[in-house]
Amino acid sequence: MTALDTPAVEAAVPPATGLSATLRHARHVVTGNPITGFSFTLFILLLICALFGPFLVPYDPLATNTAVALKPPSLHHLMGTDQLGRDLLSRVIVATRLDMAVAIFSVALVFVLGGISGIAAGYFGGWTDRIVGRLSDTIMAFPLFVLAMGIVAALGNTVTNIIIATAIINYPLYVRIARAEANVRRNAGFVQAARLSGNGEIRILLTQILPNILPIMMVQMSLTMGYAILNAAGLSFIGLGVRPPTPEWGIMVAEGAAFIVSGEWWIALFPGLALMLAVFCFNLLGDGLRDIVDPQRRT
Amino acid sequence: MLDTVHKPLLDIRDLTVEFATRRGTVTAVRNIDISVNKGETLGIVGESGSGKSVTSFAVMRILDRAGRIADGSVTFSGIDLRTASDHDMADMRGREMSMIFQNPRAALNPIRKVGHQIEDVLLRHVQAVRANVREKAIDILRQVRIARPEERYHAYPFELSGGMCQRIVIAIALACKPQLLIADEPTTGLDVTTQKAVMELVLELTHQRGMSTVLITHDLGLAAAYCDRVVVMQKGEVVETAPSATIFKTPAHSYTRKLMRATPRPGATLRDLLEEGRPAPAAASVQSDGRPLLKIDNLVKEYPRQGITKTMAQFFGRKAPATTEQPFRAVDGISFEIMRGQSVGLVGESGCGKSTTSMMAMRLLDPTSGSIILDGEDIGAIPARAFAKLPARKRIQMVFQDPTDSLNPRFTAMRAITDPILRLGDVRGGDALRARCEELAQLVGLPRHLLDRFPHQLSGGQKARVGIARAIALHPELVILDEPTAALDVSVQAIVLNLLDELKARLGMSYLFVSHDLHVVRLLCDYVIVMKNGRIVEEGSAEQVLEAPQDEYTRELIAAIPHPPV
Amino acid sequence: MRSIVLKRLATAIPSLLGVIVVSFLLTRVLPGDTASYFAGPAATPEAIAEVRKQLGLDKGLPEQFARYAVDLVHGNLGNSLTTGQPVVTEIANRLPASGELTLLGLLIALSTAVPLGILAAVHEGSWIDHLCRVIVTTGVSLPVFFTGLLLVYIFYFQLGWSPAPLGRLDVFYTAPPQVTGFYLIDSLIARDFETFRAAFAQLILPAATLAIFSLAPLARITRGSMLAVMGSDIVRTARASGLTSKTVILTYGFRNAMLPVVTTLGMVFSFLLGANVLVEKVFAWPGIGSYAVEALIASDYAPVQGFVLAMAILYVALNLMIDLLYGVIDPRVRLEA
Repeated sequence: MTALDTPAVEAAVPPATGLSATLRHARHVVTGNPITGFSFTLFILLLICALFGPFLVPYDPLATNTAVALKPPSLHHLMGTDQLGRDLLSRVIVATRLDMAVAIFSVALVFVLGGISGIAAGYFGGWTDRIVGRLSDTIMAFPLFVLAMGIVAALGNTVTNIIIATAIINYPLYVRIARAEANVRRNAGFVQAARLSGNGEIRILLTQILPNILPIMMVQMSLTMGYAILNAAGLSFIGLGVRPPTPEWGIMVAEGAAFIVSGEWWIALFPGLALMLAVFCFNLLGDGLRDIVDPQRRT
Repeated sequence: MLDTVHKPLLDIRDLTVEFATRRGTVTAVRNIDISVNKGETLGIVGESGSGKSVTSFAVMRILDRAGRIADGSVTFSGIDLRTASDHDMADMRGREMSMIFQNPRAALNPIRKVGHQIEDVLLRHVQAVRANVREKAIDILRQVRIARPEERYHAYPFELSGGMCQRIVIAIALACKPQLLIADEPTTGLDVTTQKAVMELVLELTHQRGMSTVLITHDLGLAAAYCDRVVVMQKGEVVETAPSATIFKTPAHSYTRKLMRATPRPGATLRDLLEEGRPAPAAASVQSDGRPLLKIDNLVKEYPRQGITKTMAQFFGRKAPATTEQPFRAVDGISFEIMRGQSVGLVGESGCGKSTTSMMAMRLLDPTSGSIILDGEDIGAIPARAFAKLPARKRIQMVFQDPTDSLNPRFTAMRAITDPILRLGDVRGGDALRARCEELAQLVGLPRHLLDRFPHQLSGGQKARVGIARAIALHPELVILDEPTAALDVSVQAIVLNLLDELKARLGMSYLFVSHDLHVVRLLCDYVIVMKNGRIVEEGSAEQVLEAPQDEYTRELIAAIPHPPV
Repeated sequence: MRSIVLKRLATAIPSLLGVIVVSFLLTRVLPGDTASYFAGPAATPEAIAEVRKQLGLDKGLPEQFARYAVDLVHGNLGNSLTTGQPVVTEIANRLPASGELTLLGLLIALSTAVPLGILAAVHEGSWIDHLCRVIVTTGVSLPVFFTGLLLVYIFYFQLGWSPAPLGRLDVFYTAPPQVTGFYLIDSLIARDFETFRAAFAQLILPAATLAIFSLAPLARITRGSMLAVMGSDIVRTARASGLTSKTVILTYGFRNAMLPVVTTLGMVFSFLLGANVLVEKVFAWPGIGSYAVEALIASDYAPVQGFVLAMAILYVALNLMIDLLYGVIDPRVRLEA
């Protein structure tokens, strides 16, 4: 276009730059889209439960009371009680911390490992690319949940190992995204220009490539959080990782499973719903984040 | 053109097209009148955003979902296209009126044999039956001059060259002998020699059949060379309609004049491209002192055959040739010199090795053999990675082809311009940097307040200026210009070319200008080198090469460039 | 065509090697003493050492791996501690149950997700598009074991429409004579429609559970790629030459849009094979997934290892088939090979 000759017109548009613009845009996205706003509220709620859960609950999540075993939801027990008379509401809230911690730590782990090796593979190519590619191909050759089962079974039945297994099975995904994004940019005009300006390769990687890939990786992080929660809950559902009586959503659904056929639905339903809401929240949040990151929607 | 008693074949009256966007309704085309007579070739000319393509989509009723005809009428041989049913429109498209598009490779179905794609249209409009459809399709392939049509019938688009794909698209468009052909930038992205062949084919076939043609293009030269009448559009409005014989001689509207002037053509100087009343740039202050600044000697770049042919085949969509032991030579032993203060043009069609040569001279790519001597020092032997940190890096800089791609989307204009200064320059401290940056911005004509903007907040011409400011920030002696205006509209191109010329004179730099367009190169360069298949086929002073080309290929190249009558 | 198949087979070899190495490492290198597992919890140190020697665990790693590989070649995956049966036999016996369930789940998912995705893309912004979005987002958020339990509660406990979620056939029926191992097909071959109906009634809920789980990625990718293709120059050219909307959508749009969908199938299979384990546990399905879970709980090593290996080999084979299918659809891949 010929805006070259009309700088006066362009000058009327206030230049939106820096952090404040990003925050303003973020606020616009959160308040402008009711679904993103909802998921953001949900996220805050989950965060509160995770941080302060044990101080908020009406009952001790581990205290058994056979006198009130298998009671449906009532005013005393909003979500009912399980076969040992434990208060389900308390257990569901307290479980938030464990489930969220597993998801956050595993995603953070794979974000760092997968991100670094993927970007290096895409940018440098050559043997770096071959090694990283072979590693992620080998992981991809397994059905991912099955591999996670194998890893936890072999490493031992602990929460740490669930985190490690979840990180490992997400590794190829992060590598693929980071690699592809780095690869399309390795010979982009602005990277060539940076070479002409006397930047070394590592510096180009850090100042030119990384800032452009980070937002895409952040979106990925939010989307895989949901998958990480599902994966961890799935593992404990089949008896790996967390052991009863620790409150954890996957185990609680597993405990409630036996009572479904006899009609005691609440034992499995409420932890299942909590699980679903958490995953739902992260998926919606991921979509919302994409809107923030997407420069097309930024004016 | 004589007043015809016949009714026009296509009559567009008072047409307005609107698009619903996130920021409200945008009017892409506003109250335009265009008519096309039987057997006539009409050109619609305009720069990006002029609404020329939208007009053709509206006529065909293939606007995307967000667009709609808000007002006016479109009549095609007595039928009101605006009120015709979807079913009737589908019947007319391909049989009565057809369209060919820019980028033929993207227009064809990649996973369907080209013969079948032609057959789809023939069968749809009942121009053939199952029994003879194949025969007819092959016959059409023959008509668009596809050699060995029986064989090519079975080809997939990725096995054919760009020019051939465009012939297939033409074959599909003309298969049912329609009355009107709309060609939307049919040759943009093709090499000039291919462009000529494709345009001549279209004209020949449409004339043979007495068809009307609408040629939509940004290239005034192309319209002048092939059209009877020309419509000039600007920002969604028709500003002028006239026979091409008169419109170029006596353009009535100021925009047409501006466009005319900005189009590079034989005989015009750089300054001729600008609007009247603009001050002439300062005369060149540095004259060549006869010492070579850069000397390229017997430079060769080889790629292993397997890899390059495979990637090239993927890139160009051609079937990989049979593998041989010989490596592929992208640049095959070329030698030339650039004197201080001289501008050398490197010209050739895609794949001739001009970009590879410039990347090696730029020291972004390591040559296979040969030497690159900068001011007596052989810098060709230094690996590209090591060269990035040497002081010599400052002396050669580059302006890139795509201004958008060459700016980091997360850097402001200021940050982009100061990056080379921070790494290799000697200006330190925030205020000093800012001052230097503003000085550079002033040199390239970039308003100071734009320095804090991000690339997506700048126009194409402004981004080009940022790229130029960055290239001259370190006072380089040699600047390589890699098709610096290929992504810009002609009017912006004219301004940027003048700016480059002015900067060269003021700062005493040498240029190596890489381009596919001889006319553009001539404007800026004293010396021209023509390349083909990795070798130099001709070189000499700009006038000599353009006025009296010695090589057959150069002559072909010059003849293929359409230009408005002088 | 045969050379392409051979070439693809060759590309699968590194994956298979990787799978074998990893499954070996999972049991031998990582912490946890296999010998103590085999010797039992009450074994003396001498007994454990004896077992270690028997199992060859006192040898160096390369030698252990060689023995493991030789055993593999002979189809020997060891014996299960709890049942005493060879793992290979047990897996082979249980594989058809898992296969029937997974394939039916995939079939339901594909036949729902693909038309849904196409409709959503063709009528972008309509109610069907919104429905598609809701289904997709809910589908990926539902834990598969939770969906299973929900379906059991609704259709078994509340409505009473389906039989008790306890295996492949109700106790009143006998399994049809084995031909394929798939009850649905075998009962049809035996013309035993009553058994067919019973087997179907047992199968439909777990299969639907799997389908709901894999619906989301399939519908999402179908919609996305269909939208991209419908907005492309290919479709614009096809429309400009007056082709009927049926031809435009199916021949020009859909076939091109299917390419990314086929690629996604690999990922969906990975999901399905994993989800299978959970679904089999919920529905007491006698497949290899529940076999592995039982073994896991009993700390019975050989079956878990055999299961991981079997699943991985199955998955590599499936990916191979997907690659070949891709070659059939896309001529560009065919010529490149």
